[in-house]
Amino acid sequence: MTAARLLSIAKRLGQTLPVLAGILVITFLLTRALPGDPAAYFAGPAADEKSIAEIRKSLGLDRSLPAQFLIYIGQLAKGDLGQSISTGQPVVTELFTRLPASLELTLAALTLSLLIAVPLGVLAATRPDTWVDHLCRFVVTAGVSLPTFFTGLALLYVFYYLLGWAPAPLGRLDIIVLPPTRITGFYTIDALLAGDFATFRAALAQLTLPATTLALFTLAPIARMTRGSMLQVLASDFVRTARAAGLPGRTVLFTYAFRNALLPVVTTLGMVFSFTLGANVLVEKVFAWPGIGSYAIEALTVSDYAAVQGFVLAMAILFVALNLLIDIAYTLIDPRIASEA
Amino acid sequence: MRRRNFLAGSGAAVAGANLIPFLRSSAAWAQGAADTLVIATSTTINSLDLHRVGTNRPSYQVTVNLYDRLLTFGTKVTADGAVVYDYTKLKGELAESWKVADDGMSVTFKLKPTAKFWDGTPVTADDVKWSLDRAVSLGGFPGVQMKAGSLEKPEQFEVVDAQTFRIKFLRKSKLTLPDLAVPVPFILSAKVGKEKATEKDPWATEWFHRNPMGSGAYKLERWDPGQQVVYTRNDAWVGGPLPAYKRVIIREIPAQATRRALVERGDIALAFEIPSKDAQELKKAGKAVVVGAPIDNCLHVLCPNLDFAPFKDKKVRQAIAYAVPYDQIFKQAAYERGVPMWGGKSATPADISWPQPFPYTTDYDKAKALLSQTAFKDGFEVPLSFDLGTAEWGEPAALLIQEGLSKIGIKATIDKIPGANWRTRALVEKKLPLHLENFGGWLDTPDYYFFWAYLKGNLFNSSNYDDAEMKALIDETLHMETSDPTYAPKIKRMIAKAFDDVPRIPLWQPFLDSAMRKDVAGYTSWFHRQPDVRFMAPNKA
Amino acid sequence: MLARSEQTDPSAAAIATPPRKSWLGHVRYVLVSNPVTLFAFSLLLLILTAALIGPYIVPYDPLATLPGQQLKPPSWQHWFGTDQLGRDIFSRVVVAARLDLMLSVAAVALSFVIGSALGSVAGYYGGWVETVVGRVCDTIMAFPLFVLAMGIVAALGNTIENIIYATAIINLPFYARMARAEVSIRRNAGFVQAARLTGNGDWRILALQVFPNALPPMMVQVSLNLGWAILNAAGLSFIGLGVRPPTPEWGIMVAEGANYIISGEWWVALFPGLALMLAVFTFNLLGDGLRDIVDPQRRT
Repeated sequence: MTAARLLSIAKRLGQTLPVLAGILVITFLLTRALPGDPAAYFAGPAADEKSIAEIRKSLGLDRSLPAQFLIYIGQLAKGDLGQSISTGQPVVTELFTRLPASLELTLAALTLSLLIAVPLGVLAATRPDTWVDHLCRFVVTAGVSLPTFFTGLALLYVFYYLLGWAPAPLGRLDIIVLPPTRITGFYTIDALLAGDFATFRAALAQLTLPATTLALFTLAPIARMTRGSMLQVLASDFVRTARAAGLPGRTVLFTYAFRNALLPVVTTLGMVFSFTLGANVLVEKVFAWPGIGSYAIEALTVSDYAAVQGFVLAMAILFVALNLLIDIAYTLIDPRIASEA
Repeated sequence: MRRRNFLAGSGAAVAGANLIPFLRSSAAWAQGAADTLVIATSTTINSLDLHRVGTNRPSYQVTVNLYDRLLTFGTKVTADGAVVYDYTKLKGELAESWKVADDGMSVTFKLKPTAKFWDGTPVTADDVKWSLDRAVSLGGFPGVQMKAGSLEKPEQFEVVDAQTFRIKFLRKSKLTLPDLAVPVPFILSAKVGKEKATEKDPWATEWFHRNPMGSGAYKLERWDPGQQVVYTRNDAWVGGPLPAYKRVIIREIPAQATRRALVERGDIALAFEIPSKDAQELKKAGKAVVVGAPIDNCLHVLCPNLDFAPFKDKKVRQAIAYAVPYDQIFKQAAYERGVPMWGGKSATPADISWPQPFPYTTDYDKAKALLSQTAFKDGFEVPLSFDLGTAEWGEPAALLIQEGLSKIGIKATIDKIPGANWRTRALVEKKLPLHLENFGGWLDTPDYYFFWAYLKGNLFNSSNYDDAEMKALIDETLHMETSDPTYAPKIKRMIAKAFDDVPRIPLWQPFLDSAMRKDVAGYTSWFHRQPDVRFMAPNKA
Repeated sequence: MLARSEQTDPSAAAIATPPRKSWLGHVRYVLVSNPVTLFAFSLLLLILTAALIGPYIVPYDPLATLPGQQLKPPSWQHWFGTDQLGRDIFSRVVVAARLDLMLSVAAVALSFVIGSALGSVAGYYGGWVETVVGRVCDTIMAFPLFVLAMGIVAALGNTIENIIYATAIINLPFYARMARAEVSIRRNAGFVQAARLTGNGDWRILALQVFPNALPPMMVQVSLNLGWAILNAAGLSFIGLGVRPPTPEWGIMVAEGANYIISGEWWVALFPGLALMLAVFTFNLLGDGLRDIVDPQRRT
């Protein structure tokens, strides 16, 4: 590895620092700007002024904003995200148990979406401006045109309520199945690692509807990106050369064009991932999925500062880290990046 | 195999779990597990300790099902077959017997000698004292509720011997004994509490927050915050008849439509607290048993705030009371799951029953006539607010009221306020000019309702009503025995004033409805509006 | 969107004063060559018509609650049925077009104008301006977009203006980034230097010579965001942070109607849902057409 590359990676790392600082400040200010007084909310139905003041003090809400911020930063440095008042648990614990649920759902949805969208994109790119292309565009655009909660409820109505094919929307596992021993926190993977196929099937069954809902929503960006980058690669010199050299169409398409076209698709996955995590919030509510999204909605409506802060922070850092990884990987592969930064 | 044996003692379920085909409803398994009861709620439990600062309302059900109190209420069956608690009938839960002293200034309890905590240690008067001391010392809501029963300081609680416990009264009050049967004065193990107490946390709230230790009908098996609580039966319970179900799973299902689908498909035994619309339809369709009863001492009301200039004038308030489309609201917001509270026959109450219909009807001409006698005859603008958490009935009701008011020239704009903000603005600061409110008193006497909702400064008087005569009447009746000959006339006068001054315009008395699968029975409606799973049983009929 | 960087630079004059006639001809050419775009433009026309004259042609007052008519399925009296308060859904759907269109156009216009201004300045001048703008965008984009919108609306209150601001803020970085990238590639291009030598000021060059090149890829973004803006409002309504009732708006109608799907009153959510879908769909399809229309390269 050259010094220039190391320098560029270091520079990229340095760039994330102000972003992280910005995230911290915005998160803090945003939660403090939430209306209402959590102390009054949690004081209970018949509390008087005095008991509300007591709670306000115990939550540290009686101090000035800068003081609260300093306390927040201090606790954060110790890895303490505070106590969530809406569930009564440390926020760190909540994130630790809920993040895998959201990630498992998001990744399952992305995988499903990739399996459908990439072939569609390739198909459209090989026949641009024909009815195949238009149809592909129609189908994926229709998927992104409906609110996720509507799609989710409609699927639920048809496949669970009417047909009874899908399992009861009771969260990640049917009530009669115990979660597998935690290794990764992903029920499907943990069940497989434990060799427990029944649990694996149960977890997968619960995943199907919410993942489909989300996948429908993410088809469009992936298919469009695949189509665009395929078209570009197909028009490039090396593909023309390969064709001119008389290589068979399939070989050109898959060995040359497809592999090269995939690179920009992978980079945009980071963006799609964030997009999906956001859409997750609504899907989780419909399917009673115990992820961080449903947690965030609940926390937001009751002005549960610590929980909202912890949630947004976790999401943001996850996203920054993901993009950092993608960028670093790119720096390592592509020499042109090093000079740009 | 042990780990997968989630349904304790149910071999069939274990085999079943292995056979779950991909993408198939598991309804059969949920029903097959005869010893397990699955309940869906919409709300999140945030603590297992009601006394702890910050514990929310839905968490009270933990106290109901896991702990015992000295006393509890009996039950009765209403005309339409619903089982409801009976405020007039006190029963011992941990107390075997109790006796009020001849001077009427103390009560002595004998504890059930066989009562044991789950760890096997007997329940003694020391535990009772420690628990009641805790309830009055920790402040917050528990302190307020205890105070309502004139239970204010630890000196009132006295250990006579291991099985005998005495409470000294500060004043004679009809509310003291019933207040011992609400969820707040529950009995915890003092031994565990003292072990786990720290300098900073002398009442071990951090410990009991996650680790209950009581003598109640159920023990905690697991609590996954934001997802579920699982209870297992305490076979040594002496507080009442042994519950039928060995295990109870309470799942949180946030989306209302999802809960309805679950109960219709029979995947859960009980959907607790369903919207009135679902109750009406499920009842009509017969897909599930709808169990519900009017909530005692609870009203859905429209509150004109007396701090807002136009509402200072009684005639304006009365005009509004005549401009509310009650019947339409009752049909479209309450779905007729309630008791009408309008159209009373006379401006003076015939009896002291509470709540009772107010003497108002929808009469726009009368409303206009009343309004024209005031300084606001040309109408005015006012925001009409409701709590986002009660949008199920609040939103349709608010929209219909908005329409009604527009007919007499009052322009209302709808304002939905999220939960955390609602409490502050409506109840603490009392700054909402016109809003919907739904206070219900735990103790079922009219004076108790008036105390909270018609007395200046008290939390639920969000209309800022302030009247000297009303205050005097409430002070006189609050602790008075209902058998006192002066009680009824005073209450009648109170109600007549509420009719005439209308700082709160009642819309209807709500039902608390739940939907139950047909093979389940024994649901009881309680004043605390929490699911009590202890009396639920398979339906033998 | 990806293939933009290698396009040839058009002559500055052609951009500054496009001949009117050829422009219309170009539009016709684009529409005819792509039937999907033609279809999308006809849909847009439909929505615009509803937005313009909708309130005058609907059969019922969209706010009037009809006693005894609640939750009636579609019929001759009520084409789309009635909702839980007995309001005519067809009237509400048609009348809502104006608000929804306004909401999405306002939000996207805000983020387009502010974002592309910031991005262009950053790309043209470089240096610390570029760094600051870049970091601010990174920070905003680090949040899951819907969650950020949720937070902003919860904090500021759920009015139409705040929903617009929240939507504008979450979309801003896309425009800023695109404008920056397109502008910085060209800031030292030959035609820019030529313009400088002829005495044009920086702002003039930026606005007339450099920025128009960034338009084609941004048009796709604009059309996508127009759709997202409506979806965003719908999502906010579902968690109770949408526009205030009883205002007819597709998002809140779907969100409220969604609760009636399971109980069998499918029409309450379906028709506003279809309208919403149609709008988002139209905007998404429009993207490529709009790009082709404003793309200087495709103009022959």
